[in-house]
Amino acid sequence: MHEMSLAEGIRQIIDTQAAAHGFQRVTALRLEIGRFAGVEKPALEFALDVVLRGSSAEGAAVEMIDLPGRALCYDCGEAFEIADRLDPCPLCGSGKIMPQGGDEMRIKDMEVI
Amino acid sequence: MCTVCGCSSGPKIDGQTHAHSHAHDHEHSHGDLTHSHPHAHSYSHDHDHAHGDHDHAHSHGAGHDHDHDHHHYGEGAAGVSVPGMSQARLIQIETDILAKNNAYAASNRRVLAALDAFAVNLVSSPGSGKTTLLCKTIEALGDQPLAVIEGDQQTSNDADRIRATGARAVQVNTGKGCHLDGHMVGHAMDDLRLAPQSLLFIENVGNLVCPAAFDLGEDAKVAILSVTEGEDKPLKYPDMFTAATLAILNKIDLAPHCDADLDAYEANLKRINPDIIVLRVSARTGEGMDAWCDWLRAGLAAKARP
Repeated sequence: MHEMSLAEGIRQIIDTQAAAHGFQRVTALRLEIGRFAGVEKPALEFALDVVLRGSSAEGAAVEMIDLPGRALCYDCGEAFEIADRLDPCPLCGSGKIMPQGGDEMRIKDMEVI
Repeated sequence: MCTVCGCSSGPKIDGQTHAHSHAHDHEHSHGDLTHSHPHAHSYSHDHDHAHGDHDHAHSHGAGHDHDHDHHHYGEGAAGVSVPGMSQARLIQIETDILAKNNAYAASNRRVLAALDAFAVNLVSSPGSGKTTLLCKTIEALGDQPLAVIEGDQQTSNDADRIRATGARAVQVNTGKGCHLDGHMVGHAMDDLRLAPQSLLFIENVGNLVCPAAFDLGEDAKVAILSVTEGEDKPLKYPDMFTAATLAILNKIDLAPHCDADLDAYEANLKRINPDIIVLRVSARTGEGMDAWCDWLRAGLAAKARP
């Protein structure tokens, strides 16, 4: 979707952190990406490879942690994990479900030297 | 995948020769992006397992002196222990990747709140009739104070069309970018100098994917879907319709000519987002325009309430 913008956001955060913590280099970077965040992970990987060049995180190992999608059923009121946006409620079969999570995109932590 | 999109490609705002040619401070902050999380380690443990003769090459940084009778986990900068990552060099960030955009959006939202202004972010595919709908809406609203921010990759055609109605408009050209972001909208709002209790229409770049994730500070996203686009479009692009408060099913005057099933459109919208309000509108014939204008006025009135 807009992976280049996300990669630039990640670089800005790293630059800010580098100034705050005074580290030289980021060796590993862990991201948390929700299932419904609309992020195409290979595209983000490609964008990071380009955008992080020349930064303290150039060449850092990037790990992306998947966070599950969650939804609330408007018919039976139960919340549950769903794999696909169009899945029906696993408890009552209703199609009236609203995503309640899984749109996260965060930098979780990073290893620095 | 839109690998070409992104802010660095240089958005252009109407009347400014190129992005950021005007002086402003890019480090102005709208919040604390470098926050830290205080945390305590209340646990204590003692164990005296032996290490034999080997040397510990690990470093704890932070001027931390101790003897090697036990190992500390969870006392690094991050306060956590992660296998495979060496301690005290792990920085826990837990920061939203879009934190910077969200900070700009929050700043825009504060400006709008101070003015009791109501802002809608109009999102749709290219060609759904956003600009025509806007021109007709401006006519229908009469002397209601309002302004328009037009987002497109190129040209000022849409802002020219809006200005022809007498309304104030700023065109933002995103260049290669596929969406408006909070920063661009903040600058456009500066140029517009909104009157109190204005309606602000932000016509996003025609794109049903990327603009869903970028908060602009608006009060509501309004998705516009024309009846020629196919009944299953909400299922194909669920993120945008999930994020929208209201959907306008536009060009309903064309429905009989293209065998469009309006009930199927509505059912698919509700399947993706049970909360979404659906209005059937034809900007061309004026059908449904009253309901749309009433919704806007109600939003504005709710904003002005203390």
